[in-house]
Amino acid sequence: MKKMHVVLLVLIAISIVVLISYTGDLSSYETVASAKQKEGKFVNLIVKMDKSIAVDYDPVKDPNLLKFHVQDSLGGKIAVVYHNTMPTDMEKSERLVLKGKVQGDVFECSSIVMKCPSKYKDNPNAMKDQPVTISN
Amino acid sequence: MNTTTFIGEHLLPGQIGYFLAILSFVAALLATFSFAKAFYSQTIESEIQWNKLAKTAFVIEAVSIVSCFLVLFYLIYNHLFEYKYAYSHSDISLPFQYLLSCFWEGQEGSFLLWSFWHSVLGLILMTKAKKWGKNINGVMMVLNFVQVCLATMIVGLYIFDFKLGSSPFILLRHEMTWPILSRPDYLQFVKDGTGLNTTLQNYWMVIHPPVLFLGFASTTIPFAFAVAGLLKKDNNWMDSALPWATFSAGIFGLGIMMGAAWAYESLNFGGYWAWDPVENASLVPWLVLVAGIHTCLIYRKKGTSLKATYLFLGLSFLLVLYSTFLTRSGILGDTSVHAFTDLGMNAQLLGYLLIFVIPYFGLFFYRLKHLKEPQEEDEISSREFWMLVGSLVLFLSAIVIIAITSIPVFNKIFGTKIAPPEDPAFAHNQVQIFVAIIIGILTAIGQYLKFKVTSAENFIKNIKWPLIVTAVLSAIIFYFIGIAYEEKGIGYLGALYVGVVAATFGIVANAFYWFNILKGKLKSAAASVGHIGFTMVLLGILISSSNKTVLSWNTTGISPLKEDNAKNNPTGNPRENITLFEGVETDMGKYMVTYQRDTLDGLDKRFFELNFKEKKSDHSFLLYPDVLKNNKMEGFSANPAAKHYWNKDIFVYVTSFQDHSEEDTTSFKPHQIAIGDSIFYSNGYIKLDNVLINPNPNAAAGTNELVLQMTVTSKEGLKFEAKPGILLEGMTLKQELDTVKAQNLVLSFNKVVDQKKGVLEIGVKESASLTNLITLKVYEFPFINILWLGIIVMTIGFMMSSYARLKKLKSK
Repeated sequence: MKKMHVVLLVLIAISIVVLISYTGDLSSYETVASAKQKEGKFVNLIVKMDKSIAVDYDPVKDPNLLKFHVQDSLGGKIAVVYHNTMPTDMEKSERLVLKGKVQGDVFECSSIVMKCPSKYKDNPNAMKDQPVTISN
Repeated sequence: MNTTTFIGEHLLPGQIGYFLAILSFVAALLATFSFAKAFYSQTIESEIQWNKLAKTAFVIEAVSIVSCFLVLFYLIYNHLFEYKYAYSHSDISLPFQYLLSCFWEGQEGSFLLWSFWHSVLGLILMTKAKKWGKNINGVMMVLNFVQVCLATMIVGLYIFDFKLGSSPFILLRHEMTWPILSRPDYLQFVKDGTGLNTTLQNYWMVIHPPVLFLGFASTTIPFAFAVAGLLKKDNNWMDSALPWATFSAGIFGLGIMMGAAWAYESLNFGGYWAWDPVENASLVPWLVLVAGIHTCLIYRKKGTSLKATYLFLGLSFLLVLYSTFLTRSGILGDTSVHAFTDLGMNAQLLGYLLIFVIPYFGLFFYRLKHLKEPQEEDEISSREFWMLVGSLVLFLSAIVIIAITSIPVFNKIFGTKIAPPEDPAFAHNQVQIFVAIIIGILTAIGQYLKFKVTSAENFIKNIKWPLIVTAVLSAIIFYFIGIAYEEKGIGYLGALYVGVVAATFGIVANAFYWFNILKGKLKSAAASVGHIGFTMVLLGILISSSNKTVLSWNTTGISPLKEDNAKNNPTGNPRENITLFEGVETDMGKYMVTYQRDTLDGLDKRFFELNFKEKKSDHSFLLYPDVLKNNKMEGFSANPAAKHYWNKDIFVYVTSFQDHSEEDTTSFKPHQIAIGDSIFYSNGYIKLDNVLINPNPNAAAGTNELVLQMTVTSKEGLKFEAKPGILLEGMTLKQELDTVKAQNLVLSFNKVVDQKKGVLEIGVKESASLTNLITLKVYEFPFINILWLGIIVMTIGFMMSSYARLKKLKSK
């Protein structure tokens, strides 16, 4: 066997080990209900905002505290606490991907990815539903 | 049928564009076929004939694509909103330079840009065809076949029920089902487009896409050489392909890092690289291309690494296609913040990928037995041995990155629900830091090794001084700058230190090699310059990212009552935002910061003037981060501002702001209230639920606190909690106001009126003008300029190499 083959095998072995160890760090997408069952485990939630309860954010008191409520497609609801500023356009976002863990009754969120309508403005399917108001 | 005549439409440009797109498709097909015929011609005469036809077809194709480009720009420039592309990607208020960004905001425009570069490169290849070797017809055949595939993306034809491509020349009324669009005078209501995404309104977005797409397009050429070589069982194309490959690596790398500069200046994740799938998707083909260039060099010197070269140069193009699929199919939706949106062309995109992947690998394995390499073994002291090791490391690191990035694809295929890990950036960093160390060291020693065999004595003699200088320089870096990144433990910190030494070694050793061994000659400096640039990039990344500090650490303004168990927060307590009130000087670490005023420019942009005053000296400077009103929606997007010093950037962006321009003239109105009572305010009522005595168990001894627990209920039925209170510290009485921002309410607890009956007095202030305030994040990035400078140096190195190899080709 050539030396280079040994090097190659070692490198491939390392890559495989790296990928396998990476799978240990992976998390999962959950519903509110299943996330509540896995309390304390880092999960991703795909939800939309529950607009019947007001967003609590007051940068005068604390710019790093945002509380709001969300709902998933199955109707599961949960309160969210996010220790950061309120992301722009969060209330207009159609969908939120929240990363964090359930602690007691609340979802302690560490990051929010927003799916804003603006991003999808060239999505023909989203646009077809757009109502147009005529003002003349 | 619809026979309505619509008023005010400009149909001609769209029809021309549509026609040109189809013409380019047909011409590309013809060119592919004719170049193939020329490539496989048995006689010189037939080759010349087919070649002539092919060239004509190619020129027609190139002209149609350029014209298509111009027509689309005409639509955008003249605001012809009857076209969907102009409507959904631009608006009237956009300044001229951003009209170009509109062009590539959409998929169709960026496909057109890609084709455009192929046309330019193809014309260059064709003009001096002889120079590129006898396989040039095969190369042009492959290039044109890529063009055929790209043209299908923008023709917008329906073949039975299958939509082939998406035309940029489609009319709004054909695509949308809004009722008004059936009115003959609908254009009266479509006066403005929906505009360009505000985050793309940045000068980097004007130049980053063209450069990156030139990078994409130029990977096609080494790939095409490889395909032609495999078809003809002829491996003598490397000299012709190398100038293209190095050019491609230079432009491609520059394009990627322009995207990083854009992210740094315009996006708000506080950095230049986030291992976002879109970033990874372009980094990976670049890494493989660089690996391919190195194996190509080995093959030319030693005749080994032939299979690796075919594999790497082929894969770099195929990975560009794969990344096109990832970023354009919408499959990354939940994991990426800036992928293209789904145009419903997934099947076609997948087809585009597979039509190249399957035949290439089929051909590669079919020809494997013809790819003969000498059986002798490389010496462990030889340059080629370590160059190959480096290439393999780069390649495998690329594979690891793309495997991780492909998780959404995995989810789609297997129906799993795997999500990225808790700290996705660190998951990459902890692996790639070791790649950086190995590559840094190999870059340093590579040139000191000789092909075939290196004598230990010589090697030590030459490498001695670079090593000493590296040791001294590293010590200086650690002493004066250091590495402040302890969050991930001692092991990772150690790796960062080693990484800095390795990168420094790379810079020093290559500089020494250039001056001492090459005697500073510019002609043969390409490799040294490129390697110096690359290792500077590594050093810049390591130092700036590991020393990134948050200046806006929030230590003020939170009453202990409101402290929301932040210490128990499992996701950490990143109090990285600080609130500034207009005109009030606020303490921010090394600086006192004042939000002085804000101004609007004509384009919905609001600039905030912030005065940073250094505490230690009188030095002060102004920064103007801005927010841009989001088109067609409420809300805004923030653009950071940075103060550049030679050795650091102070980087600031507005995370939220509140605008209250009216004067605050209202005052507190007193009300008497007892537990269980309610009082009304303009938008609902306030109920006193309870009075809490000393609710905070951690309060200092000798303090007494009375807190009112109140519920504010608005007309809409929304409930808010408010807790105004008074705090008695010794003999001093402090009022603790509480605000209900959403209702513009300020509540105070004034006094106890009648202790027996439990009657209290509260103050209610309703004010539409709570003070102007903004919330900020401020970071310091030290030595980020090493990174930017490194990119420029690296690009120059690649270009020098391309130029040198081109000249060699001419002189042959």
